[in-house]
Amino acid sequence: MVLALLKYGLSRRYPVREEIPRTPDLKNHYDVVIIGGGGHGVSLAYHLATKHGITNIAILEKGYLGGGNTARNTTVIRSNYITSQSIKFYAASMRLYESLANELDYNLMYSRRGQLTLSHSDGVSRALRLRADSGTFLGERNEILDRQQIKELVPSLNLDIEGRPILKGLWHPDAATARHDAVAWGYAIRACDRGVELHQKTQVTGLTVDRNKVTEVQTNRGNVSAGAVVQCVAGHSSVVAAMAGLRLPIRSFPLQAMVTHPVKPFLNPMVSSTALHCYISQSARGELVIGGGSDPYELYNTRSTLDMKESLAASALEMFPFIGDLKILRQWAGITDMTPDYSPVMGRSPLDNYWLDAGWGTWGFKSTPASGFYLAQAMAEDRVPEMIQPFRLDRFDTFDLVNEMGATAASH
Amino acid sequence: MHCPLNGPRNISEFICYGEFHNHPDPDKTSDKDWAEYVWLANNAAGVVREWWCHTPTNYWFIAERNTVTDEILRTYPSEDLRPSEELRS
Repeated sequence: MVLALLKYGLSRRYPVREEIPRTPDLKNHYDVVIIGGGGHGVSLAYHLATKHGITNIAILEKGYLGGGNTARNTTVIRSNYITSQSIKFYAASMRLYESLANELDYNLMYSRRGQLTLSHSDGVSRALRLRADSGTFLGERNEILDRQQIKELVPSLNLDIEGRPILKGLWHPDAATARHDAVAWGYAIRACDRGVELHQKTQVTGLTVDRNKVTEVQTNRGNVSAGAVVQCVAGHSSVVAAMAGLRLPIRSFPLQAMVTHPVKPFLNPMVSSTALHCYISQSARGELVIGGGSDPYELYNTRSTLDMKESLAASALEMFPFIGDLKILRQWAGITDMTPDYSPVMGRSPLDNYWLDAGWGTWGFKSTPASGFYLAQAMAEDRVPEMIQPFRLDRFDTFDLVNEMGATAASH
Repeated sequence: MHCPLNGPRNISEFICYGEFHNHPDPDKTSDKDWAEYVWLANNAAGVVREWWCHTPTNYWFIAERNTVTDEILRTYPSEDLRPSEELRS
Protein backbone atom coordinates (compact mmCIF):
# COMPACT_ATOMS: atom_id res chain seq x y z
CA MET A 1 0.00 0.00 0.00
CA VAL A 2 2.66 2.52 1.07
CA LEU A 3 4.99 1.38 -1.67
CA ALA A 4 2.23 1.58 -4.25
CA LEU A 5 1.35 5.12 -3.11
CA LEU A 6 4.99 6.20 -3.42
CA LYS A 7 5.34 4.49 -6.77
CA TYR A 8 2.27 6.17 -8.28
CA GLY A 9 2.68 9.44 -6.38
CA LEU A 10 6.15 9.98 -7.77
CA SER A 11 5.44 8.64 -11.25
CA ARG A 12 5.17 11.14 -14.08
CA ARG A 13 2.79 8.82 -15.87
CA TYR A 14 0.13 9.07 -13.16
CA PRO A 15 -2.80 9.34 -13.60
CA VAL A 16 -2.50 6.61 -16.21
CA ARG A 17 -5.28 7.84 -18.42
CA GLU A 18 -7.07 11.14 -18.94
CA GLU A 19 -10.66 10.16 -19.57
CA ILE A 20 -11.65 13.43 -21.20
CA PRO A 21 -8.99 14.47 -23.73
CA ARG A 22 -7.61 18.00 -23.52
CA THR A 23 -9.14 20.50 -25.90
CA PRO A 24 -7.40 20.04 -29.28
CA ASP A 25 -6.82 22.75 -31.90
CA LEU A 26 -9.87 23.57 -33.99
CA LYS A 27 -9.84 22.08 -37.47
CA ASN A 28 -11.20 24.05 -40.44
CA HIS A 29 -14.10 21.74 -41.09
CA TYR A 30 -16.27 19.19 -39.29
CA ASP A 31 -19.12 17.05 -40.56
CA VAL A 32 -21.17 18.09 -37.53
CA VAL A 33 -20.66 21.02 -35.15
CA ILE A 34 -22.61 20.74 -31.89
CA ILE A 35 -23.02 24.02 -30.03
CA GLY A 36 -23.18 23.23 -26.32
CA GLY A 37 -21.28 20.61 -24.32
CA GLY A 38 -23.96 19.75 -21.81
CA GLY A 39 -25.78 16.45 -21.42
CA HIS A 40 -27.78 16.84 -24.63
CA GLY A 41 -24.77 17.87 -26.74
CA VAL A 42 -22.56 14.98 -25.64
CA SER A 43 -25.46 12.50 -25.84
CA LEU A 44 -26.05 13.58 -29.44
CA ALA A 45 -22.34 13.24 -30.26
CA TYR A 46 -22.23 9.79 -28.63
CA HIS A 47 -25.22 8.54 -30.61
CA LEU A 48 -23.96 10.01 -33.90
CA ALA A 49 -20.59 8.33 -33.35
CA THR A 50 -21.73 4.95 -32.06
CA LYS A 51 -24.99 4.34 -33.93
CA HIS A 52 -24.33 6.13 -37.22
CA GLY A 53 -20.55 6.12 -37.66
CA ILE A 54 -20.30 9.92 -37.84
CA THR A 55 -17.17 10.81 -35.86
CA ASN A 56 -15.84 14.01 -37.45
CA ILE A 57 -17.68 16.05 -34.82
CA ALA A 58 -16.74 19.09 -32.76
CA ILE A 59 -18.62 19.94 -29.60
CA LEU A 60 -18.17 23.64 -28.81
CA GLU A 61 -18.69 24.46 -25.15
CA LYS A 62 -18.26 28.01 -23.88
CA GLY A 63 -17.51 26.91 -20.30
CA TYR A 64 -16.69 23.39 -19.22
CA LEU A 65 -18.29 20.00 -19.88
CA GLY A 66 -21.72 19.73 -18.24
CA GLY A 67 -21.22 23.01 -16.38
CA GLY A 68 -24.37 24.80 -17.52
CA ASN A 69 -27.89 23.68 -16.83
CA THR A 70 -26.78 20.03 -16.76
CA ALA A 71 -25.13 20.89 -13.45
CA ARG A 72 -28.18 22.77 -12.20
CA ASN A 73 -31.09 20.36 -12.45
CA THR A 74 -32.70 18.20 -9.79
CA THR A 75 -32.25 14.86 -11.61
CA VAL A 76 -35.69 13.29 -11.85
CA ILE A 77 -36.26 10.59 -14.48
CA ARG A 78 -39.93 9.77 -15.14
CA SER A 79 -42.55 9.29 -17.84
CA ASN A 80 -45.84 10.24 -16.14
CA TYR A 81 -46.87 12.92 -18.64
CA ILE A 82 -50.23 13.92 -20.08
CA THR A 83 -50.12 13.44 -23.88
CA SER A 84 -49.32 10.15 -25.61
CA GLN A 85 -46.54 11.85 -27.62
CA SER A 86 -44.68 12.89 -24.48
CA ILE A 87 -45.31 9.67 -22.55
CA LYS A 88 -43.86 7.59 -25.41
CA PHE A 89 -40.82 9.83 -25.71
CA TYR A 90 -39.98 10.05 -21.99
CA ALA A 91 -40.66 6.32 -21.57
CA ALA A 92 -38.08 5.66 -24.29
CA SER A 93 -35.68 7.90 -22.39
CA MET A 94 -36.34 5.99 -19.15
CA ARG A 95 -35.60 2.67 -20.88
CA LEU A 96 -32.30 4.08 -22.18
CA TYR A 97 -31.41 5.34 -18.70
CA GLU A 98 -32.10 1.92 -17.15
CA SER A 99 -29.28 0.30 -19.11
CA LEU A 100 -27.09 3.37 -19.60
CA ALA A 101 -24.48 2.66 -16.92
CA ASN A 102 -23.82 -0.71 -18.59
CA GLU A 103 -23.81 0.77 -22.06
CA LEU A 104 -21.30 3.48 -21.12
CA ASP A 105 -19.41 1.30 -18.62
CA TYR A 106 -19.58 4.26 -16.26
CA ASN A 107 -21.22 4.55 -12.85
CA LEU A 108 -24.16 6.96 -13.12
CA MET A 109 -25.45 6.27 -9.59
CA TYR A 110 -28.77 5.38 -11.21
CA SER A 111 -31.31 4.67 -8.49
CA ARG A 112 -34.94 3.68 -9.04
CA ARG A 113 -36.88 5.37 -6.26
CA GLY A 114 -40.38 5.85 -7.62
CA GLN A 115 -42.16 9.19 -7.63
CA LEU A 116 -45.24 10.17 -5.65
CA THR A 117 -47.20 13.17 -6.92
CA LEU A 118 -49.69 14.53 -4.39
CA SER A 119 -53.15 15.95 -4.91
CA HIS A 120 -54.80 18.36 -2.48
CA SER A 121 -58.05 18.92 -4.39
CA ASP A 122 -60.63 16.98 -6.41
CA GLY A 123 -59.59 18.78 -9.58
CA VAL A 124 -55.96 17.73 -9.25
CA SER A 125 -57.06 14.18 -8.33
CA ARG A 126 -58.88 14.00 -11.67
CA ALA A 127 -55.79 15.31 -13.49
CA LEU A 128 -53.64 12.68 -11.77
CA ARG A 129 -56.15 9.99 -12.74
CA LEU A 130 -55.83 11.15 -16.37
CA ARG A 131 -52.03 10.98 -16.18
CA ALA A 132 -52.15 7.54 -14.54
CA ASP A 133 -54.55 6.12 -17.13
CA SER A 134 -52.75 7.70 -20.10
CA GLY A 135 -49.51 6.15 -18.91
CA THR A 136 -51.03 2.76 -18.16
CA PHE A 137 -52.65 2.71 -21.59
CA LEU A 138 -49.17 3.06 -23.14
CA GLY A 139 -47.67 0.35 -20.93
CA GLU A 140 -46.11 2.56 -18.26
CA ARG A 141 -46.61 1.69 -14.60
CA ASN A 142 -48.75 4.23 -12.75
CA GLU A 143 -51.33 3.90 -10.04
CA ILE A 144 -53.56 6.11 -7.92
CA LEU A 145 -53.02 5.74 -4.18
CA ASP A 146 -55.46 6.66 -1.42
CA ARG A 147 -54.45 8.24 1.90
CA GLN A 148 -53.84 4.91 3.63
CA GLN A 149 -51.55 3.70 0.85
CA ILE A 150 -49.66 7.02 0.84
CA LYS A 151 -49.18 6.70 4.60
CA GLU A 152 -47.70 3.24 4.17
CA LEU A 153 -45.43 4.34 1.34
CA VAL A 154 -44.09 7.55 2.97
CA PRO A 155 -44.76 7.33 6.73
CA SER A 156 -42.95 10.63 7.37
CA LEU A 157 -45.30 12.66 5.15
CA ASN A 158 -47.79 15.02 6.80
CA LEU A 159 -51.15 14.09 5.22
CA ASP A 160 -53.18 16.71 7.06
CA ILE A 161 -51.76 19.94 5.69
CA GLU A 162 -53.92 22.77 6.97
CA GLY A 163 -56.29 23.93 4.26
CA ARG A 164 -54.73 21.53 1.77
CA PRO A 165 -55.18 17.95 3.05
CA ILE A 166 -53.59 15.33 0.84
CA LEU A 167 -56.38 13.41 -0.93
CA LYS A 168 -54.74 11.14 -3.50
CA GLY A 169 -51.35 10.35 -4.94
CA LEU A 170 -50.04 9.36 -8.35
CA TRP A 171 -47.47 6.61 -7.80
CA HIS A 172 -44.93 6.07 -10.56
CA PRO A 173 -42.73 3.20 -9.36
CA ASP A 174 -40.23 3.28 -12.25
CA ALA A 175 -39.20 6.91 -11.71
CA ALA A 176 -35.53 7.21 -10.89
CA THR A 177 -32.66 9.53 -10.22
CA ALA A 178 -29.05 9.53 -11.42
CA ARG A 179 -25.98 11.67 -11.04
CA HIS A 180 -26.21 14.50 -13.61
CA ASP A 181 -22.45 15.12 -13.91
CA ALA A 182 -21.78 11.44 -14.47
CA VAL A 183 -24.31 11.33 -17.34
CA ALA A 184 -22.46 14.14 -19.13
CA TRP A 185 -19.04 12.67 -18.32
CA GLY A 186 -20.01 9.14 -19.38
CA TYR A 187 -21.39 10.22 -22.74
CA ALA A 188 -18.45 12.56 -23.35
CA ILE A 189 -15.83 9.91 -22.54
CA ARG A 190 -17.38 7.34 -24.86
CA ALA A 191 -17.91 9.91 -27.63
CA CYS A 192 -14.28 11.08 -27.35
CA ASP A 193 -13.15 7.41 -27.41
CA ARG A 194 -14.55 7.31 -30.93
CA GLY A 195 -12.85 10.46 -32.12
CA VAL A 196 -15.35 13.19 -31.25
CA GLU A 197 -13.58 16.44 -30.29
CA LEU A 198 -14.78 18.24 -27.18
CA HIS A 199 -13.69 21.90 -27.29
CA GLN A 200 -14.11 23.42 -23.84
CA LYS A 201 -13.84 27.18 -23.24
CA THR A 202 -14.84 27.67 -26.87
CA GLN A 203 -17.65 30.18 -27.18
CA VAL A 204 -19.68 30.54 -30.35
CA THR A 205 -19.84 34.24 -31.14
CA GLY A 206 -21.69 34.21 -34.45
CA LEU A 207 -23.07 32.13 -37.30
CA THR A 208 -22.69 32.97 -40.99
CA VAL A 209 -25.82 32.16 -42.97
CA ASP A 210 -25.64 32.00 -46.75
CA ARG A 211 -28.37 30.73 -49.09
CA ASN A 212 -30.40 29.28 -46.22
CA LYS A 213 -27.44 27.35 -44.80
CA VAL A 214 -25.12 27.94 -41.89
CA THR A 215 -21.76 28.05 -43.68
CA GLU A 216 -19.47 29.09 -40.87
CA VAL A 217 -19.43 29.00 -37.07
CA GLN A 218 -17.45 31.83 -35.49
CA THR A 219 -15.84 31.19 -32.11
CA ASN A 220 -13.39 32.93 -29.81
CA ARG A 221 -10.77 30.40 -31.04
CA GLY A 222 -11.31 30.81 -34.76
CA ASN A 223 -13.90 29.97 -37.37
CA VAL A 224 -14.98 26.53 -38.61
CA SER A 225 -17.19 25.32 -41.41
CA ALA A 226 -19.57 22.42 -40.95
CA GLY A 227 -21.78 20.04 -42.88
CA ALA A 228 -24.47 20.37 -40.24
CA VAL A 229 -24.79 22.54 -37.15
CA VAL A 230 -26.98 21.83 -34.14
CA GLN A 231 -27.67 23.91 -31.05
CA CYS A 232 -28.01 22.17 -27.67
CA VAL A 233 -27.79 25.23 -25.44
CA ALA A 234 -30.46 25.06 -22.75
CA GLY A 235 -30.84 28.45 -21.13
CA HIS A 236 -29.49 30.29 -24.16
CA SER A 237 -31.60 28.79 -26.95
CA SER A 238 -33.07 32.11 -28.11
CA VAL A 239 -29.68 33.85 -27.99
CA VAL A 240 -27.91 31.25 -30.16
CA ALA A 241 -30.90 30.88 -32.51
CA ALA A 242 -30.83 34.66 -33.01
CA MET A 243 -27.25 34.30 -34.35
CA ALA A 244 -28.75 32.13 -37.10
CA GLY A 245 -31.49 34.73 -37.65
CA LEU A 246 -34.19 32.56 -36.04
CA ARG A 247 -36.83 33.38 -33.46
CA LEU A 248 -38.12 30.62 -31.22
CA PRO A 249 -41.31 30.19 -29.18
CA ILE A 250 -39.25 30.32 -25.99
CA ARG A 251 -39.13 32.52 -22.93
CA SER A 252 -36.36 31.91 -20.37
CA PHE A 253 -36.99 31.86 -16.62
CA PRO A 254 -34.71 30.90 -13.72
CA LEU A 255 -35.77 27.89 -11.67
CA GLN A 256 -34.44 27.92 -8.13
CA ALA A 257 -33.56 24.90 -6.02
CA MET A 258 -31.63 24.08 -2.88
CA VAL A 259 -30.30 21.24 -0.72
CA THR A 260 -30.20 20.83 3.04
CA HIS A 261 -27.31 19.38 4.99
CA PRO A 262 -27.22 15.56 4.93
CA VAL A 263 -29.29 13.45 7.33
CA LYS A 264 -29.86 9.70 7.67
CA PRO A 265 -32.00 8.18 4.92
CA PHE A 266 -35.72 8.50 5.64
CA LEU A 267 -37.23 9.33 2.26
CA ASN A 268 -36.91 6.77 -0.49
CA PRO A 269 -39.47 7.94 -3.10
CA MET A 270 -39.31 11.37 -4.70
CA VAL A 271 -42.30 13.38 -3.47
CA SER A 272 -43.87 16.14 -5.51
CA SER A 273 -46.84 18.47 -5.08
CA THR A 274 -48.20 20.58 -7.93
CA ALA A 275 -50.34 22.70 -5.61
CA LEU A 276 -47.42 23.53 -3.33
CA HIS A 277 -45.05 24.01 -6.32
CA CYS A 278 -42.46 21.89 -4.61
CA TYR A 279 -40.69 18.56 -5.03
CA ILE A 280 -38.37 16.83 -2.62
CA SER A 281 -36.04 13.88 -2.85
CA GLN A 282 -33.23 12.62 -0.67
CA SER A 283 -29.91 12.22 -2.43
CA ALA A 284 -27.56 9.28 -2.00
CA ARG A 285 -25.52 11.55 0.29
CA GLY A 286 -28.57 12.15 2.50
CA GLU A 287 -29.18 15.76 1.48
CA LEU A 288 -32.77 16.79 0.84
CA VAL A 289 -33.02 18.20 -2.66
CA ILE A 290 -35.83 20.75 -2.75
CA GLY A 291 -36.85 22.19 -6.09
CA GLY A 292 -39.47 23.90 -8.07
CA GLY A 293 -39.34 27.69 -7.62
CA SER A 294 -39.71 29.40 -11.00
CA ASP A 295 -39.06 33.13 -10.97
CA PRO A 296 -42.10 35.20 -11.95
CA TYR A 297 -40.41 37.09 -14.79
CA GLU A 298 -37.94 36.32 -17.59
CA LEU A 299 -34.27 36.47 -16.69
CA TYR A 300 -30.86 35.21 -17.84
CA ASN A 301 -29.41 35.43 -14.34
CA THR A 302 -28.88 32.52 -11.97
CA ARG A 303 -29.01 34.52 -8.73
CA SER A 304 -31.03 33.22 -5.79
CA THR A 305 -33.76 35.24 -4.10
CA LEU A 306 -34.87 35.05 -0.50
CA ASP A 307 -38.61 35.12 -1.25
CA MET A 308 -38.34 32.09 -3.55
CA LYS A 309 -36.26 30.16 -1.01
CA GLU A 310 -38.77 31.06 1.70
CA SER A 311 -41.72 29.79 -0.33
CA LEU A 312 -39.88 26.56 -1.24
CA ALA A 313 -38.96 26.01 2.40
CA ALA A 314 -42.53 26.75 3.50
CA SER A 315 -43.92 24.16 1.07
CA ALA A 316 -41.34 21.58 2.11
CA LEU A 317 -42.24 22.18 5.77
CA GLU A 318 -45.94 21.65 5.05
CA MET A 319 -45.11 18.17 3.76
CA PHE A 320 -42.37 17.29 6.26
CA PRO A 321 -42.78 19.53 9.34
CA PHE A 322 -39.95 17.84 11.25
CA ILE A 323 -37.25 19.12 8.85
CA GLY A 324 -37.63 22.62 10.29
CA ASP A 325 -34.23 22.50 12.02
CA LEU A 326 -32.29 21.45 8.93
CA LYS A 327 -30.00 24.06 7.41
CA ILE A 328 -29.81 24.99 3.77
CA LEU A 329 -26.42 23.89 2.52
CA ARG A 330 -26.46 25.09 -1.09
CA GLN A 331 -28.79 27.03 -3.31
CA TRP A 332 -28.72 27.67 -7.03
CA ALA A 333 -30.79 28.44 -10.09
CA GLY A 334 -30.86 27.11 -13.63
CA ILE A 335 -32.31 28.84 -16.67
CA THR A 336 -35.31 27.00 -18.10
CA ASP A 337 -36.33 27.66 -21.71
CA MET A 338 -40.13 27.56 -21.53
CA THR A 339 -42.31 26.97 -24.59
CA PRO A 340 -46.02 27.86 -24.73
CA ASP A 341 -47.07 24.19 -24.53
CA TYR A 342 -44.23 23.11 -22.18
CA SER A 343 -42.98 20.61 -24.79
CA PRO A 344 -39.56 20.87 -26.44
CA VAL A 345 -38.65 22.26 -29.85
CA MET A 346 -36.42 19.74 -31.57
CA GLY A 347 -35.61 18.66 -35.09
CA ARG A 348 -35.32 20.78 -38.22
CA SER A 349 -35.07 24.54 -38.27
CA PRO A 350 -36.10 26.72 -41.22
CA LEU A 351 -32.43 26.58 -42.33
CA ASP A 352 -31.30 23.58 -44.40
CA ASN A 353 -28.39 22.31 -42.29
CA TYR A 354 -29.24 23.79 -38.90
CA TRP A 355 -30.89 21.60 -36.26
CA LEU A 356 -32.58 22.49 -33.01
CA ASP A 357 -32.56 20.88 -29.59
CA ALA A 358 -34.26 23.48 -27.41
CA GLY A 359 -37.15 24.41 -25.22
CA TRP A 360 -36.80 21.58 -22.73
CA GLY A 361 -37.95 23.78 -19.89
CA THR A 362 -37.62 21.80 -16.69
CA TRP A 363 -37.29 18.42 -18.47
CA GLY A 364 -33.82 18.48 -19.99
CA PHE A 365 -32.18 15.90 -17.74
CA LYS A 366 -34.75 13.13 -18.10
CA SER A 367 -34.71 13.50 -21.89
CA THR A 368 -30.90 13.43 -22.27
CA PRO A 369 -30.54 9.86 -23.67
CA ALA A 370 -33.62 9.95 -25.92
CA SER A 371 -33.01 13.44 -27.34
CA GLY A 372 -29.51 12.39 -28.42
CA PHE A 373 -30.72 9.04 -29.73
CA TYR A 374 -33.55 10.38 -31.91
CA LEU A 375 -31.89 13.61 -33.02
CA ALA A 376 -28.81 11.62 -34.11
CA GLN A 377 -31.11 9.37 -36.15
CA ALA A 378 -32.82 12.40 -37.71
CA MET A 379 -29.53 14.05 -38.66
CA ALA A 380 -27.82 10.88 -39.92
CA GLU A 381 -30.75 9.74 -42.05
CA ASP A 382 -31.96 13.27 -42.87
CA ARG A 383 -35.43 12.11 -41.87
CA VAL A 384 -37.10 13.05 -38.59
CA PRO A 385 -38.26 9.88 -36.75
CA GLU A 386 -41.92 9.61 -35.84
CA MET A 387 -41.05 9.71 -32.14
CA ILE A 388 -39.92 13.35 -32.23
CA GLN A 389 -42.12 14.65 -35.07
CA PRO A 390 -44.65 16.08 -32.58
CA PHE A 391 -41.94 18.39 -31.17
CA ARG A 392 -41.11 20.09 -34.48
CA LEU A 393 -40.83 23.88 -34.55
CA ASP A 394 -43.52 24.41 -37.18
CA ARG A 395 -46.22 22.83 -34.97
CA PHE A 396 -46.83 26.40 -33.84
CA ASP A 397 -47.70 27.52 -37.40
CA THR A 398 -50.58 25.04 -37.41
CA PHE A 399 -51.51 25.44 -33.73
CA ASP A 400 -50.74 21.70 -33.36
CA LEU A 401 -49.49 21.96 -29.78
CA VAL A 402 -48.44 19.19 -27.38
CA ASN A 403 -49.82 20.52 -24.12
CA GLU A 404 -47.96 19.42 -21.01
CA MET A 405 -48.98 22.24 -18.70
CA GLY A 406 -49.21 20.91 -15.16
CA ALA A 407 -47.16 17.76 -15.80
CA THR A 408 -44.64 18.92 -13.21
CA ALA A 409 -44.55 20.48 -9.76
CA ALA A 410 -42.29 23.31 -10.87
CA SER A 411 -44.22 26.54 -10.49
CA HIS A 412 -44.75 27.66 -14.06
CA MET B 1 -39.87 48.41 -8.48
CA HIS B 2 -40.85 52.01 -8.99
CA CYS B 3 -44.50 52.21 -10.04
CA PRO B 4 -45.22 55.39 -12.03
CA LEU B 5 -48.52 55.75 -10.14
CA ASN B 6 -47.71 54.46 -6.62
CA GLY B 7 -43.99 55.02 -6.24
CA PRO B 8 -41.58 52.34 -5.03
CA ARG B 9 -43.38 49.11 -4.11
CA ASN B 10 -42.34 45.54 -3.35
CA ILE B 11 -41.70 43.46 -6.51
CA SER B 12 -44.21 40.83 -5.33
CA GLU B 13 -47.02 43.36 -5.96
CA PHE B 14 -46.25 43.36 -9.69
CA ILE B 15 -46.92 40.96 -12.54
CA CYS B 16 -44.90 40.95 -15.74
CA TYR B 17 -46.99 40.66 -18.89
CA GLY B 18 -44.08 40.19 -21.27
CA GLU B 19 -42.33 41.98 -24.05
CA PHE B 20 -43.96 44.99 -25.70
CA HIS B 21 -44.69 44.44 -29.39
CA ASN B 22 -46.95 45.99 -31.95
CA HIS B 23 -50.31 44.33 -32.42
CA PRO B 24 -50.75 43.32 -36.07
CA ASP B 25 -54.11 43.82 -37.79
CA PRO B 26 -55.70 40.31 -37.83
CA ASP B 27 -57.52 41.07 -41.11
CA LYS B 28 -54.36 42.01 -42.97
CA THR B 29 -52.00 39.40 -41.53
CA SER B 30 -51.17 36.01 -43.06
CA ASP B 31 -51.72 32.88 -40.95
CA LYS B 32 -47.97 32.35 -40.71
CA ASP B 33 -47.32 35.90 -39.48
CA TRP B 34 -50.21 35.65 -37.04
CA ALA B 35 -48.81 32.39 -35.60
CA GLU B 36 -45.45 34.11 -35.22
CA TYR B 37 -47.09 37.01 -33.41
CA VAL B 38 -48.91 34.64 -31.07
CA TRP B 39 -46.08 32.23 -30.26
CA LEU B 40 -42.60 33.56 -31.01
CA ALA B 41 -40.64 35.76 -28.65
CA ASN B 42 -37.41 37.73 -28.93
CA ASN B 43 -36.46 36.59 -25.41
CA ALA B 44 -33.46 38.90 -25.55
CA ALA B 45 -30.53 38.71 -23.15
CA GLY B 46 -30.06 42.39 -22.41
CA VAL B 47 -32.34 45.41 -22.14
CA VAL B 48 -36.01 44.70 -22.88
CA ARG B 49 -39.19 46.80 -22.88
CA GLU B 50 -42.15 45.11 -21.19
CA TRP B 51 -45.69 45.54 -19.96
CA TRP B 52 -46.03 45.33 -16.17
CA CYS B 53 -49.01 45.69 -13.88
CA HIS B 54 -49.20 46.83 -10.26
CA THR B 55 -51.86 44.34 -9.17
CA PRO B 56 -53.36 46.04 -6.06
CA THR B 57 -54.23 49.12 -8.13
CA ASN B 58 -54.47 47.32 -11.51
CA TYR B 59 -52.24 50.01 -13.00
CA TRP B 60 -50.51 49.03 -16.26
CA PHE B 61 -47.25 50.62 -17.34
CA ILE B 62 -44.03 50.06 -19.27
CA ALA B 63 -40.76 48.95 -17.70
CA GLU B 64 -37.30 48.76 -19.24
CA ARG B 65 -35.26 46.05 -17.64
CA ASN B 66 -31.93 44.27 -18.11
CA THR B 67 -32.56 40.50 -18.25
CA VAL B 68 -28.89 39.69 -17.63
CA THR B 69 -28.20 41.85 -14.57
CA ASP B 70 -31.78 41.76 -13.17
CA GLU B 71 -31.90 45.57 -12.97
CA ILE B 72 -34.98 47.67 -13.55
CA LEU B 73 -33.77 50.67 -15.53
CA ARG B 74 -36.87 52.80 -16.15
CA THR B 75 -40.62 52.66 -15.59
CA TYR B 76 -43.14 55.04 -17.17
CA PRO B 77 -46.81 55.31 -18.15
CA SER B 78 -47.69 53.76 -21.50
CA GLU B 79 -48.54 57.23 -22.92
CA ASP B 80 -44.83 58.03 -22.77
CA LEU B 81 -43.90 54.96 -24.83
CA ARG B 82 -41.79 55.62 -27.93
CA PRO B 83 -41.51 52.15 -29.54
CA SER B 84 -39.09 53.36 -32.21
CA GLU B 85 -36.64 54.68 -29.63
CA GLU B 86 -33.50 52.60 -29.13
CA LEU B 87 -33.23 50.75 -25.83
CA ARG B 88 -30.31 51.88 -23.72
CA SER B 89 -28.80 50.39 -20.61
